[in-house]
Amino acid sequence: MKFRVYRYDPDKDAAPRMQDYDVTLDPHDRMLLDAIIRLKAQDDTFAFRRSCREGVCGSDAMNIMKTLKEPVELRPLPGLPVIRDLIVDMSQFFKQYHSIKPYLINETPPPEKERLQSPEDREELDGLYECILCACCSTACPSFWWNPDKFVGPAGLLAAYRFIADSRDRATNERLDNLEDPYRLFRCHTIMNCVDVCPKNLNPTRAIAKIREIMVKRAV
Amino acid sequence: MAGAGPVGTHVSLPIRRFDAIVIGAGGAGMRASLQLAEMGLSVAVLSKVFPTRSHTVAAQGGIGASLGNMSEDHRLWHMYDTVKGSDWLGDQDAIEFMCRMAPQVVYELEHYGMPFDRNPDGTLYQRPFGGHSANFGEKSIQRACAAADRTGHAMLHTLYQQNVRAHTQFFVEWMALDLVRDAEGDVLGVTALEMETGEMMVLQAKATLFATGGAGRIFAASTNAFINTGDGLGMAARAGIPLEDMEFWQFHPTGVAGAGVLITEGVRGEGGILLNCNGERFMERYAPNLKDLASRDVVSRSMDQEIKEGRGCGPHKDYVLLKLDHLGPEVIMKRLPSIREIAINFANVDPIKEPIPVVPTIHYQMGGIPTNMYGQVIAPRDGDPNVVVPGFYAIGECACVSVHGANRLGTNSLLDLLVFGRAAGSFIGEQRLERRQHKDLPRDAADASMARLARLDASTGGERVADVAHTLRRTMQAHCGVFRNQQLLSEGVTKIMELEQRVKRVAIDDKSKTFNTARVEALELDNLIETAKASIVSAEARRESRATATASITSRCG
Repeated sequence: MKFRVYRYDPDKDAAPRMQDYDVTLDPHDRMLLDAIIRLKAQDDTFAFRRSCREGVCGSDAMNIMKTLKEPVELRPLPGLPVIRDLIVDMSQFFKQYHSIKPYLINETPPPEKERLQSPEDREELDGLYECILCACCSTACPSFWWNPDKFVGPAGLLAAYRFIADSRDRATNERLDNLEDPYRLFRCHTIMNCVDVCPKNLNPTRAIAKIREIMVKRAV
Repeated sequence: MAGAGPVGTHVSLPIRRFDAIVIGAGGAGMRASLQLAEMGLSVAVLSKVFPTRSHTVAAQGGIGASLGNMSEDHRLWHMYDTVKGSDWLGDQDAIEFMCRMAPQVVYELEHYGMPFDRNPDGTLYQRPFGGHSANFGEKSIQRACAAADRTGHAMLHTLYQQNVRAHTQFFVEWMALDLVRDAEGDVLGVTALEMETGEMMVLQAKATLFATGGAGRIFAASTNAFINTGDGLGMAARAGIPLEDMEFWQFHPTGVAGAGVLITEGVRGEGGILLNCNGERFMERYAPNLKDLASRDVVSRSMDQEIKEGRGCGPHKDYVLLKLDHLGPEVIMKRLPSIREIAINFANVDPIKEPIPVVPTIHYQMGGIPTNMYGQVIAPRDGDPNVVVPGFYAIGECACVSVHGANRLGTNSLLDLLVFGRAAGSFIGEQRLERRQHKDLPRDAADASMARLARLDASTGGERVADVAHTLRRTMQAHCGVFRNQQLLSEGVTKIMELEQRVKRVAIDDKSKTFNTARVEALELDNLIETAKASIVSAEARRESRATATASITSRCG
């Protein structure tokens, strides 16, 4: 399988370049990651992140052509600074995630056992809590490209709604105040790239719409 | 508190000082760091990967706790199942403690925001699981608290979120290299490598807590992530601390054939069954009582037997089938959505319509760094087998407090992380470390690590890391797999010992300081070989058949 891969090592490269590889596959190889692992066995200077190899850890998000054809082009996620090869600096992405207070807030002392939650209330969290923080969505979002420091981005907003939607959380007002800003929430122009690229089939655009809806309801 | 100063005989390295450091940010590490942060200690958590990438994220089925939400349950029943599951090799005091603490740690996790599945009355839903029984083995019971089939993911994210709230200090993408011990044997911290810059540092601490996870990557076919390279085990072994029960490796009955990816026991909990090539539900023969929900060693061994006797499925008759289409699309989509995703991606089958091809696959390491119930590492000294190693703690899969004995009960891994993460955090927190002075670092504190890095930097023309690691995994798979006999094991020991010499001569082409993953993989190989050696040497030395490691004689039935 032929590859064209983005290469950049600040220790020795003045500028990024594309490098060609021809990788011999094993009949058992099934996923693109299998091929990339073989590529690395050929050339150990090629750097990328990976861990679970089953789509739950969110390590190996990368920019791959929509329809696979040879040579397969691999590039780092767009919109974030490249540290090396396919490894990007995700600080800004996590900073935005942290900014929405991604944890349950409920100051009332918890009961001795579980807080009760109906199956219907619990279902509100489906499609929200499954996010793996891979950053595919935020780095596919033009609004995030332009304002990564001001716009929370689809991943952070999905997480914000995950807590707003949780019947156990008591901080909805505070969470909405935190987002009521021309940039933090309202830079979303429903381009919906986030929905297209989410590997877990989640829908941040819908979550953003829900937050807006609650905000409007609160205002009237 | 953080401070700085030089150390080392060759070059001076920066030092940072903390009351406590936690190595590893999976479920155990983050449960402990949360406890420590809430007790106000200065604590740093080091992780090779961003915390939510840790392998806890891949746990699927549930967390065992005798809440009794579905029917009457009792901690002693949970304890009985755990002791029996362990093939009576677990430490019963530790097991009693874990089962007693289970409801509390699950409720705490719920209070932290964990999105558990619910019953119509709002309480936590619990599903049946392998080896979970009511009234001391009488019948199957629903004891596993779950978030669909993403329990580990939900738990890991919840714990990370709570650590964000508690302002835990993370060192993300830092790899711990070696333990620092002084002449008296006290552990004073670790050396560590910042992957992004290639810089090395000494992290000095009054308490060093290992939560580095398992080492399933010593085998060719494993459910484990790439990062599970036994780093804590390697560091402990290199520092002269013996490892315990390393011959006990659990085979999960249902790894996707060929791919190794885990299919949770929760599938059988929800009613899935195993079939051989004749369409027979063969577990009825091996375990008439619990059938497909017998404990993992029993199911894995039965599958192995079916395949060996020619009743496997497929063109090579080398797997069995996990059928769940009879559960209906609704149950599958609600309770097992990720399983469907995995089956489609890795086995090309939609379980709503077709069964999934599965084989027993290396999943979990019962052994590890020996500890007591407070997470204190213990080692033999002057004839006493249980002497505490001052300053050193271990929890989770890298540790062996021995709640799993020779075979872990399903759902007890996440429980282990919560119970002992919390217990070790509390214990360390109660030591009043903030009042205690740091011991002096030995002058050679970082020499071993610096020598390892210097060798790799200077390496040319040696064997490639990927090739040696591949041989290691193949050797362990062939000589220390589900079927073991004395001859296979003895040959395996010789091969692994030879391989150890090759590990010392590997070379890397990548000499960059910036995010040098080749260097990381070479350093991981040092840990893989220590773990493999400990595992196969222990297996060879055990002259009886126990639970997970089966010789030609089957030792027990569920």
